[in-house]
Amino acid sequence: MPARTLFEKIWSDHHVAELEGGRHLIAVDRHVLHEVSSPQAFSGLAKAGRSVRHPELTFATSDHLVSTEEGRTDATVPGGEAMIRAMRQNAHEHRIAMFDLGDERQGIVHVIAPELAIALPGTTLACGDSHTSTVGALGTLAWGIGTSEVEHILATQCAILTKPKTMRVTFVGVAPAFVGAKDFILALIARIGTAGATGYAVEYAGEAISALGVEERMTVCNMSVEAGARMGLMVPDEKVFSYLKGRAYAPVGAAWDEAIASWRTLPSDPGAVYDADVTVDVSGLAPQVSWGTSPEQTISIEEAIPDPAGIADPIARKAAERALAYVGLKPGERLAGLAVQKVFIGSCTNSRLDDLRAAARVVAGRRVAEGVRALVVPGSGSVRAAAEREGLDRIFRDAGLEWRQAGCSMCAGLNADKVGAGERCIATSNRNFEGRQGPGSRTHLASPLLAAAAAVTGSIPDRRTLQELTT
Amino acid sequence: MTNRQPRIEGIAAPLPRANVDTDQIIPIIHLISVTRDGMGKGLFSDWRYGPGGAEKPDFVLNRAPWRNATLLVAGANFGCGSSREHAVWALREFGIRAVIASGFASIFYDNCFKNGLAPVIIAEAATVTLQGIAERHPAEPVIVDLESGRVRAAEGFDVPFTMDPSRRRDLIEGLDEIGASLAKSEEINAFHAADRLRRPWVYSHKPS
Ligand code: SF4
Repeated sequence: MPARTLFEKIWSDHHVAELEGGRHLIAVDRHVLHEVSSPQAFSGLAKAGRSVRHPELTFATSDHLVSTEEGRTDATVPGGEAMIRAMRQNAHEHRIAMFDLGDERQGIVHVIAPELAIALPGTTLACGDSHTSTVGALGTLAWGIGTSEVEHILATQCAILTKPKTMRVTFVGVAPAFVGAKDFILALIARIGTAGATGYAVEYAGEAISALGVEERMTVCNMSVEAGARMGLMVPDEKVFSYLKGRAYAPVGAAWDEAIASWRTLPSDPGAVYDADVTVDVSGLAPQVSWGTSPEQTISIEEAIPDPAGIADPIARKAAERALAYVGLKPGERLAGLAVQKVFIGSCTNSRLDDLRAAARVVAGRRVAEGVRALVVPGSGSVRAAAEREGLDRIFRDAGLEWRQAGCSMCAGLNADKVGAGERCIATSNRNFEGRQGPGSRTHLASPLLAAAAAVTGSIPDRRTLQELTT
Repeated sequence: MTNRQPRIEGIAAPLPRANVDTDQIIPIIHLISVTRDGMGKGLFSDWRYGPGGAEKPDFVLNRAPWRNATLLVAGANFGCGSSREHAVWALREFGIRAVIASGFASIFYDNCFKNGLAPVIIAEAATVTLQGIAERHPAEPVIVDLESGRVRAAEGFDVPFTMDPSRRRDLIEGLDEIGASLAKSEEINAFHAADRLRRPWVYSHKPS
């Protein structure tokens, strides 16, 4: 057999049929639903008189528009009630496992899928959300879909996919202080652009990835879609196996042993060929922050905002000018020192326990700066409970940060957690689009470390500030 | 089939921007709905309307004749960002039947076909030319000929577009993708029967 990549192994393991036009019917091992992209799929199913083919392979939660307030109910977010109830009703009617409000297992789809071991190495997972690639960090082939495809998978337990090309992104070197997973992926997107990996499944490799913890790897895979890739995945290693062992839906006993044996065959074969290869040396990276309204508009805290006049492509130049006008910044300005009014630590990119620990270390014993509102939103009820067992909630509260209930929160601006028009927010989430965090909101994407530092200083930190805050 | 749609023809609105993301096509606030209907009014709402809900007169879809546009001509990487299919529903409900661009984000691209919206890829330079033609001859129709795979417009504009023939046929005939996949039920069941033996650990969890 020719040398195969991780992607090709999982792809061929799930291949059901070839369709026309380079499309394929691919079996879906796990299908995860949420309240915003699924109601129309269930109504479509009902209208056609079809049923859910494999409810035991389907899992549901509500995360996007749920409130993150203490004592929240279905009705806390205006208009949200009908959607939360529809999710509950549809799950109940079709005997689908549902992690509902009030259940510790509730949380952001991409946070709960790995932590409950719904996602497993060597399996396929689809979800009606573009950041589904997050769980690729476990060696899962996972991709985001639209509502019609949700309906298709409910009915057939298969997805229709055009076979992507493969790209390997190798992160080499040892990361300097204050540089981590979020900086790796932001630097990659800044380099290859938001369409740089369109049409590819990306495999992240290299010693800098192996050195990351499993949760940090999820941060990298999470933002694959911001580079245009629907799928981003990594070879699962011993760290992944021990992460999964004993989790809610992980195989047990003999099944666990069989699973491990199968997972050990997943690494890409030596000599396997990729359609594209990119190498990023992390040893020269500084902490990254986005300056514009696209994740590719990112620089390090040591650089100045580029001058659009220097961009040759007229459309890209206009986009850069427009972005600067929107965020209220000028070419040549530095991001370090820029005052922020909002700090958001959360989202499927950075709301896991390791992220919260990193933020807590910075804010411990300090106070939120005057005029800043800072939210810490754990990605799931389980993350929240684990953080509370370590006393992280007290550290945040004592410092004046808000400790919230699990959900997407200020990432999407769908519930009450919004950034006001003209306000600047440093956010650990993944998108800085115009209006993403609320109409007129200005978003700067960064790591939990930088966001926490901004919470206590009131502005985007430079390297010296980071040093002072961490010693 | 009776409603074959071999070509899409109508007024084309120029939208000379790259990376138009689905948060712009339909801001998330309009997603608070359990139905597909009603999305059209949310289309590009941050660009179309001011704070009080008044139309912004200079936005292309608020100007005659483009408020009746059937086609949209944009830049690269159209439909990036969120997977929300609501973006496609909103375009369709507004009356848009084809988006012409030099590239599309892949989830959006797939969502288009599932809703009879044609994502038409032409070269970057050709999008710029076509936007210019749409400005100069706003009332002249642009034609996406799905049968021949070409885009035609005033000033003799006539270029091929990239789209797999089977997908062009799907747009012409209309498709029932779920029905087609369910016709393969035997293959799906055979896959699962074999897979349960091959990878029992995938199915070993207790439901719920
Ligand atoms: S946290 Fe943000 S990006 Fe992630 S699933 Fe929720 S809304 Fe989407």
